[in-house]
Amino acid sequence: MSISEESRNRVNLNVDVRHLARVEGHGNIKVRVVDGQVVEARWDIVETPRFFEVMLKDKHYTAAGILTARICGICSIGHCLASVRATEDAFGVTIPEAAAKLRLLAKHGETLQSHVLHLFFLAAPDFLGLPSAIPLKDVNPEAFALAARLKGLANRVCDVVAGRTTHPVSIQVGGMAKMPDVQTLLELKAGLERGCRDLDAAIELFRTMEIPDFVRETEFVSLKGEREYAFIGGRLLSTDGVERPEASYRVMTNEYVTEENTSKWCKLSRESFAVGALARINNNYHRLHPKARAAAVPFDLAPINHNPFMNNVAQLVECVHVVYDSLRLVDELIGTGPAPIMAEVTPRAGQGVGAVEVPRGILYHDYEYDDQGRVVRANCVIPTTQNNANIHFDLKALAEQFATEGMTDEKLELLCSMLVRAYDPCISCSVH
Amino acid sequence: MDHLRIEKKLPRVAVFDFTGCEGCELQLANKEETLGAFLSAIDVVHFREVSSAEGDDYDVALVDGAISRPDEVERLKAIRQQAKVLVAMGSCACFGGVNRLKNAYDLQEANREVYGDCPKETMPTQAVKHFVAVDLEVPGCPVNKDEIERVVQHLVWDLPLCTFAYPVCLQCKQRFTVCRFDMGELCLGPITRAGCNAPCPAGGLGCWGCRGPAKNPNYQEFFALVKEKGFTERELHDRLGFFGGFEDLL
Repeated sequence: MSISEESRNRVNLNVDVRHLARVEGHGNIKVRVVDGQVVEARWDIVETPRFFEVMLKDKHYTAAGILTARICGICSIGHCLASVRATEDAFGVTIPEAAAKLRLLAKHGETLQSHVLHLFFLAAPDFLGLPSAIPLKDVNPEAFALAARLKGLANRVCDVVAGRTTHPVSIQVGGMAKMPDVQTLLELKAGLERGCRDLDAAIELFRTMEIPDFVRETEFVSLKGEREYAFIGGRLLSTDGVERPEASYRVMTNEYVTEENTSKWCKLSRESFAVGALARINNNYHRLHPKARAAAVPFDLAPINHNPFMNNVAQLVECVHVVYDSLRLVDELIGTGPAPIMAEVTPRAGQGVGAVEVPRGILYHDYEYDDQGRVVRANCVIPTTQNNANIHFDLKALAEQFATEGMTDEKLELLCSMLVRAYDPCISCSVH
Repeated sequence: MDHLRIEKKLPRVAVFDFTGCEGCELQLANKEETLGAFLSAIDVVHFREVSSAEGDDYDVALVDGAISRPDEVERLKAIRQQAKVLVAMGSCACFGGVNRLKNAYDLQEANREVYGDCPKETMPTQAVKHFVAVDLEVPGCPVNKDEIERVVQHLVWDLPLCTFAYPVCLQCKQRFTVCRFDMGELCLGPITRAGCNAPCPAGGLGCWGCRGPAKNPNYQEFFALVKEKGFTERELHDRLGFFGGFEDLL
């Protein structure tokens, strides 16, 4: 036995986190290392189930988007978008072009809001050695003000376009219920231009964060960006080479129930896969806005990156993409002038699927309707549901790599917590 | 710290989440222009969603979400024991919210449908007040941060806390929003408690009543109006039952 093996055999570690902080919802981490061997490494979801698929039954199509927005307080716009897309698919409705632009703009607002919230308020405290971002307002007021301004900008985009930032009101089956006036769009444009400069400062700030050196080869699933960096609808793609149309989402997800979790687990070509900002960049890097690709360079983020901690960087890069792409959309909307934003909707019996890239990864809603436009059957597959098994298996690999001499319970707990947080899990969403 | 020789009194605030989407908690971090001042007026001792600090020495508990599992009842009772003031934050905490909609279905059947032969523990969804005394109710889906700020101002500086007696309808008039009934849509604005600043009708959606009833709403007149405009019993029923605030009417 070599000296290093001998010292490893003396390593005993215990991590037991109940209701992990700085994530949305309730999940537990448990890791046990005995004599250098990882005997247990678990990520368990204990969130209370709400049974949204059951609640949707018999609901009128006009209520489906309002109800499913309530699956998640952070990505309610994404849920609403997937919901109306599924309904429009079932009814054979094509939405007007201006409405599609407004929806993408609302989506960008939500992506920015969620990523900024995660990067500054949930993830950054780990890198700064703080319990939360609240002390930041005293120890680094500039950084706090920067985060507040970016989040404020994101919420402003959502308010203006979707009617409200949490639980949108203007995204409806057939298109959008409201077009912001030119004055409001011009104000938004000025805000976005300021946002570009703020993001430069944010990149400088996050360049100092040290990303743990950890790699586990993973399959990544996202929408396939065929003409643009894809957020709403289109073909589905995995880095292992699986490609399917939107309607075949079940082939890409394969949900199953486990004994210990209230969230389901998913798998595709391997025992688990990952979705989210890193998956999108791994699949669609070349469709990113040039400014976003430039932002990725100092962090050495290029496809295919298998370090889950790099999801933090991927989110930052996407912030750059969505702000620059929002500027394009606002310019186009100002240029278009008054245009139709709502299509005629006639309910019919049928089934439809909507896939949307929400902040934490690809989301699917699937509804079957009767001829009165009431839901007969519903299925929602949530990004964090797709990530949970991958987080679980990552934890095991992480513990195996870091259970060496000198490691302490506290240090391992921090690493495990940071790993889970890097996925930015939306746990109540994943259980719904 | 003294200010004008008056001791600055920061209420120790804790935030807890139960069955729901945690969207109301997110509102606490919104309204960025006053976020710094808001966080300086309180001492956040426990707020799992944004902080890994875990204090159990708090005066004010903000409770987000409804109650739908026995372990939640136990956790809630412990919070009630500790808190001097317990605030039910949002429609889920106040009325059960949309999560209450599952109560209309057989829960065993629901479990089988979602989890197959591996059922998960669940019970009918209830409001917080069903299990413990609630000192203040702030309804809304989500809550309005202005209202949370007023609650904090009340707790820190004893400023009077006014609740809105009049309905959402009046706030639409205040911001010149075209009446959704005039657009041919159903709207609960005439009977729902104001205080949200009526974002839904302004965004092109009739009110769904997330804030529950205004003070002494004129139901008779409202039901007559709904009928006159040609909406069906079922449409009205669906809407009144959505967030749980009008449960007594159903």
